[in-house]
Amino acid sequence: MTDFPRPPPRYSATFTPAVNAEIRRAAATGIYDIRGGGTKRHLPHFDDLLFLGASISRYPLEGYREKCATDVWLGTRFAKKPIHLEIPITIAGMSFGALSGPAKEALGRGASAAGTSTTTGDGGMTEEERGHSKTLVYQYLPSRYGMNPDDLRRADAIEIVVGQGAKPGGGGMLLGQKISDRVANMRNLPKGIDQRSACRHPDWTGPDDLEIKIMELREITDWEKPIYVKIGGARPYYDTALAVKAGADVVVLDGMQGGTAATQDVFIEHVGMPILACIPQAVKALQDLGMHRKVQLIVSGGIRSGADVAKAMALGADAVAIGTAALIALGDNDPKWEEEYQKLGTTADAYDDWHEGRDPAGITTQDPELSARFDPVLGGRRLKNYLKVMTLEAQTIARACGKNHLHNLEPEDLCSLTIEAAAMAGVPLAGTNWIPGRNGGF
Amino acid sequence: MEIYDLAADGLRGLNASLHALKGTTNQTAWQVKNPKGAHAIAAGIDAPIDVTVLGSTGYYCAGMNKQATVRIKGSAGPGVAENMMSGTVIIDGDASQYAGATGRGGLLVIKGNASSRCGISMKGIEIVVHGNIGHMSAFMAQSGSLVVLGDAGEALGDSLYEARLFVRGSVKSLGADCIEKEMRPEHIALLADLLKRGEADHLARPEEFRRYGSARKLYTFNIDNAAAY
Repeated sequence: MTDFPRPPPRYSATFTPAVNAEIRRAAATGIYDIRGGGTKRHLPHFDDLLFLGASISRYPLEGYREKCATDVWLGTRFAKKPIHLEIPITIAGMSFGALSGPAKEALGRGASAAGTSTTTGDGGMTEEERGHSKTLVYQYLPSRYGMNPDDLRRADAIEIVVGQGAKPGGGGMLLGQKISDRVANMRNLPKGIDQRSACRHPDWTGPDDLEIKIMELREITDWEKPIYVKIGGARPYYDTALAVKAGADVVVLDGMQGGTAATQDVFIEHVGMPILACIPQAVKALQDLGMHRKVQLIVSGGIRSGADVAKAMALGADAVAIGTAALIALGDNDPKWEEEYQKLGTTADAYDDWHEGRDPAGITTQDPELSARFDPVLGGRRLKNYLKVMTLEAQTIARACGKNHLHNLEPEDLCSLTIEAAAMAGVPLAGTNWIPGRNGGF
Repeated sequence: MEIYDLAADGLRGLNASLHALKGTTNQTAWQVKNPKGAHAIAAGIDAPIDVTVLGSTGYYCAGMNKQATVRIKGSAGPGVAENMMSGTVIIDGDASQYAGATGRGGLLVIKGNASSRCGISMKGIEIVVHGNIGHMSAFMAQSGSLVVLGDAGEALGDSLYEARLFVRGSVKSLGADCIEKEMRPEHIALLADLLKRGEADHLARPEEFRRYGSARKLYTFNIDNAAAY
């Protein structure tokens, strides 16, 4: 053999080891990969935006002394009883079924202690979450599992789910491992089946029907409850405009970073748009209709910190929602369970097989032994702490920008680090006044 | 008898009045005049009262009904008795799409025909249709019974769970995982009761029906069944 320096093995950028592993998995099983969570690909995100802060042209507020309010009213358009939250960070819909009863209880405890709302999910309302949630949003989904007028009336708001960021155009999925007796009973399904929810509502199609459906729900609840319409980040300008036209009090917009309990990986990774690209379009729709701040906008999908909250609100959102981050605050994917994650063939912070119901942290499971590991009181306290920290962080940034309310943050407080983010978010590339696609240039 | 003129006094007033009736009210009989196809008439009632609508209704008449008997002396628009919990809804004429959608209980009687997606996602409701039903009826139907004295359109019972379907006439086609099943004595007895309560026992005999239900092959995901969709 000739003795010469050999180059190191070179991996293909197209056929990476991860791609090849998926090809092998598909070839071995004949079924697409199903998992929980949101997209894992790199996307333009809030990290690509920075706040400018105040200087001479703008005055900051004293960081520890001057007030910076955080409250938000939701549902002021038509509802007799709009919701008032102390902080603009809400808990997104996650079903009992996807989550254990104690996990739902913890979400209610934490959110209530922090002064915000929780949301049910595709499985009906449980006593755990109604009892522990001061403000509870009841989702109205295509499946209508557990739907009944009594729960509608004891909810504080109703969220008509049209789409979800992780899977715009797709329905819910809950595999047999998690269809326990209680879950099966609540959903009126046989125990142990692989439940795949419809993607369309069974009794309305299109925006004109939606307007009538919203009117019916208002009639049933005597026009008391705010009615949200949740859309996945697909065509946010038109979907927001149509939701407003249909009579929504609040539009909930979920980008593709938003999580799901279970769906196909190909759906999670290849359908929808990042939330950064969605918010400006939704805000523009509201502004074009003269409804910005009259119909409130809640955005979600990859919100992790007070900086993300502040950036979303600076782009025009009235509030945000968190799902994945809330689960992590509760204890999901905690390295303390690493040994068990390894047994499941994964590792902490990467575990996403929530559909299998074997969550070592006892959160995304219906297994009684695993669920018993999770302390809802402690979990609630952790979530409250996290929500408080996010709020303090957002206030810190807002004060630095001279704002005495988080709602006063504005796009002019932001710059972008990348051309992509500048184009999507509609804020100038740092050090320039260039917004690609808007003010000349390209 | 309470007589409510919908054209003169408006929908909100009607539903607010009906919602205010709790428990054993003395105002048990209501007539609604001039419905003129309005939507959400008598939606959300929770009282053992009898409401007669003198004409045709729009979307979602008697939606989420509990306890009440609602009679429509005309035809009903889409989503009549959607998500009904209990009580009875009787339509003299035809029903549009999604009749009885997601209904969890009670009895829906349609004396004319029902359009597409009748009984879609039904969860315990009993539906008796004197005439025909349209395509995709009982789609993803979970439980309850659908009785059709006439014919059924395409893709009956697609992705069916545990609902029981009885059709006297022809079925244009069955949906994925829906099959014909044996009529056993308990089904004859069930049908006899449904026909009686559905005011149809003078029109048909239980023995004239065929039963359809789930093959249960799609209950758990199997790649070999992918071609079923």
